[in-house]
Amino acid sequence: MTVDQPVIAALFFDGLNLSQKVMFGTALLGGISGVVGSFAVLRGRSLVGDMLAHAALPGVCLAFLIMGSRNMLGLSLGALLSGLLAIGMVSLLVHWTRTKEDAAIGIVLSTFYGMGVVLLSIIQKPHIGGNKAGLDSYLFGEPGNMLSADLVLLAVVAAVLLVIVFTFFKEFQLVSFDNDFARSQGWPTLLLDLALMASLAVVTIVGLPIVGIILMAAMIIIPASTARFWTNRLHIMLLLAGAFGAAAGVLGTKLGRGLPAGAAIVLTATGFFVLSLLLAPGRGVVSRVLAEVQLRNRIAREHLLRSLYELSESDLPKRILLPIHKLREYRHWRFLPKLLAGAVESGHVESDDETVKLTPLGLQRAAELTKAHRLWEMYLVQHAGIAADHVDRDADDVEHLLTASLLLELEHELAAEGRLPDITPEVPDSPHELGTDPKNTPSSDF
Amino acid sequence: MNLLPNIAALPLPIGAFSLSPSDWTIIWTGAATNVACALVGCFLVLRRMSMMGDALSHAVLPGLVVAYLLSHSLDIIPLFFGAAAVGLLTTFLIQTLHQYARVPSDASMGVVFTSLFALGVVLVKKFVSGHFDIACVYEGSLELVVLADTVGGLPRPLFTTLIVLLINGLVLILLWKELKLSSFDPALATTMGLSATAMHYLLMTLVAVTAVASFEAVGSILVVAMLIVPAATAHLLTDRLAIMVGISAGIGILAAVLGCIAANYWDTNIAGMMTVAAGALYGLAVFFSPRHGVCSALVRNLQMSLRVLHEDLLAMLYRVEEFDDSKHLTVAEAREAIGGGWLSRWSIAALVRDNRIETAGEQLLLTDLGRTDARKLVRSHRLWETYLVQHLGMPLDHVHEPAHRVEHFIDARLQQELEAEVDTEGQDPHGRQIPE
Repeated sequence: MTVDQPVIAALFFDGLNLSQKVMFGTALLGGISGVVGSFAVLRGRSLVGDMLAHAALPGVCLAFLIMGSRNMLGLSLGALLSGLLAIGMVSLLVHWTRTKEDAAIGIVLSTFYGMGVVLLSIIQKPHIGGNKAGLDSYLFGEPGNMLSADLVLLAVVAAVLLVIVFTFFKEFQLVSFDNDFARSQGWPTLLLDLALMASLAVVTIVGLPIVGIILMAAMIIIPASTARFWTNRLHIMLLLAGAFGAAAGVLGTKLGRGLPAGAAIVLTATGFFVLSLLLAPGRGVVSRVLAEVQLRNRIAREHLLRSLYELSESDLPKRILLPIHKLREYRHWRFLPKLLAGAVESGHVESDDETVKLTPLGLQRAAELTKAHRLWEMYLVQHAGIAADHVDRDADDVEHLLTASLLLELEHELAAEGRLPDITPEVPDSPHELGTDPKNTPSSDF
Repeated sequence: MNLLPNIAALPLPIGAFSLSPSDWTIIWTGAATNVACALVGCFLVLRRMSMMGDALSHAVLPGLVVAYLLSHSLDIIPLFFGAAAVGLLTTFLIQTLHQYARVPSDASMGVVFTSLFALGVVLVKKFVSGHFDIACVYEGSLELVVLADTVGGLPRPLFTTLIVLLINGLVLILLWKELKLSSFDPALATTMGLSATAMHYLLMTLVAVTAVASFEAVGSILVVAMLIVPAATAHLLTDRLAIMVGISAGIGILAAVLGCIAANYWDTNIAGMMTVAAGALYGLAVFFSPRHGVCSALVRNLQMSLRVLHEDLLAMLYRVEEFDDSKHLTVAEAREAIGGGWLSRWSIAALVRDNRIETAGEQLLLTDLGRTDARKLVRSHRLWETYLVQHLGMPLDHVHEPAHRVEHFIDARLQQELEAEVDTEGQDPHGRQIPE
């Protein structure tokens, strides 16, 4: 490099005041650790970030002892070397010994950190010179110390890593989701894996002085896990994780005035995580509870219609008026009045307080449902060899999930074997007696 | 005049080995902590939950702060309850996130403990600045144990760690069977009416309480190390749980003694040095464990290669003799045939020493002892070839290679069984004599 760092820094960042710098830096860090962390989380290596952050300490101390000053680039290089050494040792331990990966990570993490603490106590002795003030921030993070040069380093690291991720996106995707397949296809999986771990190490080490050890581990895991709630596609996950990380950096430094900045950033990221956990479509708690309730309602409605059909079956095609108490005797119901009201609203039944009657639309729907139920029962009796008096309950569980095409297939199969009863071609007879055996009376939990 | 040499002035670290009473207090405190950690750590390592130690020892921070705020003291009892409560909460959150929100288990651990730790850092800053030194929680101040106030004649940190040691020991003795079963086979434990989940929560509570008791004295890093390292070391040395627990406790004590001596010698942080000592002991076990060590595996492999080489050489000499009684291999030819190099030189020397072969000028001859051994081996080889052809229908030109590999592992009993299975009439499928 012909132009030295401070000059570049002056060109880009000296126009900013400290809080803008801090915000810019934490946003960059959050964004890039979200992207790199996504691969770690998908690969089941979430805690490697934690290990790297701890394992960096002896490298930082040794670099300080050798250089005798707090030069960010030098300290980072020391941290990177000891981080890479730690990763190598974990893979060797897992490969060579019966120690499992979790224990190997823990052993390397704690032993390296112990070494770091020992070295730190040596550094703190009076006869060792140099400015030691900055070293503490390496442990606990102090974004306020951010210099323009640090920002440049961060920006360069982020840019290089983004280019790497962009270039090797397909390869990284493959090893993240199906390492064995990638290997069988002749990809250099070990190399790709190492590349991912090395990027993780680089991000962790540039982030350490900003948010500190534990909170750096958090920046690797939390934005990526947050993004995972929203999508099943890797490139969207990377974008989202980057966005969540950057937003946590900006909001955390803004909201967390007067608080330790690293902790504030992480708590903001946790806030995004909790919101996503609750609200994300598909995987979020709220949408899953809603889907569950809808399914239960549909199943209860279908049980109601089929029960009405079975009760009035002897008088068909005439639609008879059924007393509600008969319906109650036929099957166990929960929330029957609400259920009836819903069915009235959707035009399937007519009902007053005492009686209930299927509408033509309701009869048609009920006939379809009963047919599905009985087809499945017959299939179970004939193909799965389940006793006729046991199928009702099994069919009860499955009938709601049978698709139209599957029903058609069932019908064809039974017809081809001449087993589809032709007495009433639309709805076959039940293979067991209806509602007679109290032990077998299907109960609806809904 | 003082004729005795000044011990401390010697270049050797002999001076460091003389431990003062305050050193012994430090060692006792460290050893009590290490043993308390090792006892529960064995189960963490066996359940592949080692990182829960790391997670819990960080996650308890907000619990400590809340307990401190409620009780207005750093008294150990409220801190215990705070730790136990947060330990249970952490375990519950990690489980729930994993089971119901489908977050991968390691990620859910990471999310929960880092978030709780961040919360703890904020709470410390907001409410208790000055009383809590986070750096001290990390690194420990074992040096200050001797200055602490005393309870019942013991320094307070030693007293609390002894209590935790007692609790852990009692739980282990009382629930030994249950812990053992639920660690090795949680599904079986559940079918036997033993709640593996309850055992999990119990263990995690113990870990949290142990961590908190040890913070003041030794710092969280020694706790994390001692939960994992001695147990993993013991796991390399034995396959029996009771022995593993015993060994790991011993390693904990040894690490405390060695760590204190080394820290005295170099005048550094004692807890850090104890951690390094434990790591070094683990490193020793990695290489020199009799059964699972890297070195013993290498030695075993070498012994096996040598035995195979010896046997191949004997069998080759036998075949040459069988083919033409008057011809013999020269030493150089034999060495070439078994791959050359120092290993072959070594093999021939060993066989000569064991009176299996002898040299006559340039030529290599079998002795009677050697011939008996070779005959046994060639017999195994040809019986196996016959078996492969007759029972597995393998073509003639494919049976030599597998038989060449298997012949070294066919003992007398298997030889008899093979003999009963195959129909030989004294000849192998190539038409060669099967020696008696």
